Amino acid sequence: MAVTLASDEVGAAPEPGALLRFARFARRNPTIVAGSLLLAILVVLAVAAPWITADPFRQTPANRLRPPSEKFWFGTDRYGRDVFARTLYGARVSLVVGLSVAAIASVIGLALGLMCGYFKRIDGIVMRVMDGVMAIPSILLAIALITLSRPGLGIVITAIVIPEVPRIVRVVRAVVLAIKAQPYIESAIAGGTRTARLLLRHILPNTMAPLIVQATYVCASAMLIEAGLSFLGAGVPPEIPSWGNIIAQSRDFFQIAPWAILIPGAFLALTVLAVNMLGDGLRDRLDPRLARRM
Amino acid sequence: MTAYILRRLLATIPVMGVVAVFVFFLLRFAPGDPAAIIAGEDATVQQIAAVRAKLGLDRPVLEQFAIWVWGMLQGDFGTSIFSNMPVTRLILQRLEPTLALTLSTLLVAILLAIPLGVLAAARSRRLSDRLVMLFAVMGFACPVFLVGYVLIYVFAMKLGWLPVQGYVPISQGIWAWAERLILPSLALGITYMALIARITRASMLEVLAQDYIRTANSKGLTTGRVLLLHALKNASVPIVTVIGIGIALLISGVVITETVFNIPGLGRLTVDAVLKRDYPIVQGLIIVFAGVKVLVNLLIDISYVFLDPRIRY
Repeated sequence: MAVTLASDEVGAAPEPGALLRFARFARRNPTIVAGSLLLAILVVLAVAAPWITADPFRQTPANRLRPPSEKFWFGTDRYGRDVFARTLYGARVSLVVGLSVAAIASVIGLALGLMCGYFKRIDGIVMRVMDGVMAIPSILLAIALITLSRPGLGIVITAIVIPEVPRIVRVVRAVVLAIKAQPYIESAIAGGTRTARLLLRHILPNTMAPLIVQATYVCASAMLIEAGLSFLGAGVPPEIPSWGNIIAQSRDFFQIAPWAILIPGAFLALTVLAVNMLGDGLRDRLDPRLARRM
Repeated sequence: MTAYILRRLLATIPVMGVVAVFVFFLLRFAPGDPAAIIAGEDATVQQIAAVRAKLGLDRPVLEQFAIWVWGMLQGDFGTSIFSNMPVTRLILQRLEPTLALTLSTLLVAILLAIPLGVLAAARSRRLSDRLVMLFAVMGFACPVFLVGYVLIYVFAMKLGWLPVQGYVPISQGIWAWAERLILPSLALGITYMALIARITRASMLEVLAQDYIRTANSKGLTTGRVLLLHALKNASVPIVTVIGIGIALLISGVVITETVFNIPGLGRLTVDAVLKRDYPIVQGLIIVFAGVKVLVNLLIDISYVFLDPRIRY
């Protein structure tokens, strides 16, 4: 409490410096700052993994299923592999999957959403297809696609993108429908603005705030689905140390070596929490009307 | 109202149609040769041809689609590639554990989450509200398997109160059946509870700000009466909506929960089918799960008419 009061006082000073401006921002948007900070730490750990940890693939049978200790911070798994190293490398998989799915689904969803919202003719058809895709539970849809393909990171990302696209389309389409009714769009049309320009310059910018918020939720959900798929043995190939794979490979040893499951699981939960916090914070900041409703 | 229900019923047909087309053409347009992938790495040409014939990939697309849909309308979901058993029979065999798990989760989640949400709204911005919201935020972030393993670790391994894993049919005794469902239901229900508690709180807060709540309070009604009879009833539409939306969470979660707790239900059937690349089973399960989801949404839409007399169609 004292800290908050202090920054309150300095925040009111005539010309705040960069640090103080940040303090003020942090006080007003605690979830954005906390979420980003957590994520930043994870990104640093993931990128720096080769320099801070041992080889995540090296098997030392003599050190099988060791509990966390000074030498093995997070213990070892059934093959004597270092769980700390594997967990940090696992962060890479989760972050790559989360970000790629969010980016790809956003681009596809934005394009479809703009078209559906603006062109009535394709709206009916595309939205019926979206309803159908949304009726299939996402993890099952991904599973079906993976059953039919050779395992790999690319197919996992594709399999998660497909069920996530309708969530973006719906958000973008709703914004477009609302904006289209505004008088300034009418006047732009009357003024002879071409459709492409109208969509890109007059409508698209309005979709950005809700799109970014939705994309963070898609990112969080993608990480959870990826871990779930890997956990079921239907995700990224088993030799890649993703959090889901680490947990799946330790499943039969849970009663002897719970750390090999609980620690990577906690990392996953923390990452998803950070992304969700960032999303909630952005939502409150970018779209106050939506924030009140939740 | 009959017209409304009929209209909603008809609207489910195109949705299920899209699901069927999607699942069917996934097999046709999958990258590479699905028959070769399903048959496995070291399959002979004959084995691949046999799989292709079983999947109907050797027949014209539309003919095969018609045969498949016609079969499903009669309750025939095709034949498993590996066991040669009818998919419908495999699904029926595994139905009981999954039904028990999802229904108990539904019950536990609703009975715990709605009171939590009401409590949070009634004591808004105080400690109990913050704790409920913290739980809601955590519930969204925790993967089902992590919650499952933490529950096993605490309640089965450390405290020894409940069995670690497994499933016992209800015919072998109610308690033996129920005690093995407690932990899986909590694990499966955590995200669902977070969702319901959050919406209940938001919806209650909105209603509690209304004039008629102030009137009810000022005429001396007890807090409990105001909260439950005046507020919760009027806040129920969004809550029921989210209970319906959340069914998707349960279906996805069932697959993982059954793996964590070794429950031989539809989820295990799905996973085993995926590992063996037994596509007809996967296909059948997706249709069944999507059908359940569409049906639940239909029931939710119909329930609005009863919950809120202002809604008229």
